Amino acid sequence: MSEFTHPGAGARVRWVGFQTIVRREYGRIVRIWGQTIVPPAITATLYFVIFGSLIGRRVGEMDGVSYLQFIAPGLIMMAVITNSFGNVVSSFFGAKFGKHLEELLVSPLPNWLIVLGYVAGGLMRGLLVGLLVTVVALLFTHLPIRHPGVIVVSVILTSMVFSLGGLLNAIFARNFDHISWFPTFVLTPLTYLGGVFYSMSLLPAWAEGLSHVNPILYMVNAFRYGFLGISDVSVTSALLVTVVAAVFMYALVVGLLNRGTGIRD
Amino acid sequence: MKALSIQGLTKTYRNGVQALRGIDLDVEEGDFFALLGPNGAGKTTTIGILSSLVTKSAGRVEVFAHDLDRDLELAKSCIGLVPQEINFNMFEKVFTIVVNQAGFYGLPLDIARAQAERYLRQLQLWEKRDAIARSLSGGMKRRLMIARALVHEPRLLILDEPTAGVDIEIRRSMWDFLREINQRGTTIILTSHYLEEVENLCRNVAIIDRGRIIEHDRVSRIIRKLNQETFVLNFRDEVPALPELPGMVARLIDAHTAEVEVSKEQSLNSIFAALSASGIEVVSMRNKVNRLEELFIRLVEAGGREGMPK
Ligand SMILES: Nc1ncnc2c1ncn2[C@@H]1O[C@H](COP(=O)(O)OP(=O)(O)OP(=O)(O)O)[C@@H](O)[C@H]1O
Ligand SMILES: [Mg+2]
Repeated sequence: MSEFTHPGAGARVRWVGFQTIVRREYGRIVRIWGQTIVPPAITATLYFVIFGSLIGRRVGEMDGVSYLQFIAPGLIMMAVITNSFGNVVSSFFGAKFGKHLEELLVSPLPNWLIVLGYVAGGLMRGLLVGLLVTVVALLFTHLPIRHPGVIVVSVILTSMVFSLGGLLNAIFARNFDHISWFPTFVLTPLTYLGGVFYSMSLLPAWAEGLSHVNPILYMVNAFRYGFLGISDVSVTSALLVTVVAAVFMYALVVGLLNRGTGIRD
Repeated sequence: MKALSIQGLTKTYRNGVQALRGIDLDVEEGDFFALLGPNGAGKTTTIGILSSLVTKSAGRVEVFAHDLDRDLELAKSCIGLVPQEINFNMFEKVFTIVVNQAGFYGLPLDIARAQAERYLRQLQLWEKRDAIARSLSGGMKRRLMIARALVHEPRLLILDEPTAGVDIEIRRSMWDFLREINQRGTTIILTSHYLEEVENLCRNVAIIDRGRIIEHDRVSRIIRKLNQETFVLNFRDEVPALPELPGMVARLIDAHTAEVEVSKEQSLNSIFAALSASGIEVVSMRNKVNRLEELFIRLVEAGGREGMPK
């Protein structure tokens, strides 16, 4: 006879459940490290070598710092964005496709918690890769840290926004083509146009105006401000945009899952 | 207490298929219950709704008095599900799969590990605990899903065709195991194509066909009904009363017609002997259609040809 009865539902069950999702996501990141950790580090190194060292030397200064220093925060943020997004989109879609998402759907864990669990997974991978790219950056240039609080807050919020973006993509994806659609046609262009490689002051007025609808611009600039103390936009509004984006995305994703969109027939 | 209570359950899929057309079903705590029906009857749909994998179109479901619409988390915590199709991560280790599922039900890690070991041992999978799930044989994969479903000690275990594609030896050992679990107090609902399985294991059965429950009774009574044939006899002259027919149930429908229920092993000669002795002359006789038997013929066909279209 069993010596315990099942724990039912409630805060304790949710907390243990959340930890379990996080542990499983961590296990996944580590198990397939060749896909999750190595490629972004290689990409980042290439960027630093080509844009930073080779081309950057000719570019000279941008906004009063060396080009290498200017792009370093942007490249770190770019890695955080793509890896947060990529982790959640492939983990959640993989679970949907391989049907083991059902393990979570039959459990007593509510959708808002499942979302938090996947976001935590995206954060883990995003921050881990971000740290790795930072280390690579430090091999090429010196990075001051002017406002550590801004760095931490902006990187965490941005990672959350794009983890939720990955989840949103995975909810609507019905095959593996669908999970590369958003990164290719939306995420990558917005990242490249989001001020990773250039200052807004280089753009004609209309393009600069247009850039301000791109949320990634705000995230990259807040993050860069944290290191270098320079920004194309107001840092307060940048952080505000990111918070609003995170809250909006979270509500949207939880709402969709509660309706069963993409996960229940 | 009722382990399960379903009222007016309907389901229409997005593609317009009406999979359930109003199901009412009660399962008592401690029961070993079968949901029996041919391919496409709506078994998996029903189970999907109970376990929150499918959204219902209408109706009410209560699991141990927890309404799915109001107390979803409590209702879910009472259920352990063994689905029809394999749904674990093929790239994870056997032990990890079971431990994680325990975690999703809120079992702290140390208890989760102990429970996983306990059920992997009971299902003869402990030696395979470090194997990648993909490398298990079909029968092992099914047993892994049973271990996973039991790890949080659910009060209600639901199995959707647990023995499909499993050889007879493993099937029998699974039956023994399920019987034991049931004797320890777990309510079990399983779906099946096989009457033999239901007869062996279950006390009560609901027969579902085209989204409707068409029979709901004790298994023994269903078997008896299946073993019975009904003959309709027509008499030349008016018959005021029937003579005693040994071991059979007979009744007059009108003065010229009677129905006689005969079990399949019984000889028909005795009917005619008794009737002749009373001077009653039979002019014609026909076999009354046995709805249940018709269904079972289809069931047997479905069981014999898995996955074939109806
Ligand atoms: N996801 C779905 N989308 C649309 N129709 C579906 C879906 N799942 C099942 N159906 C349809 O609903 C009906 C009932 O299917 P269900 O899977 O519940 O039957 P079943 O009794 O489990 O059959 P089997 O014995 O073959 O497993 C069938 O007509 C089936 O085609
Ligand atoms: Mg089925």
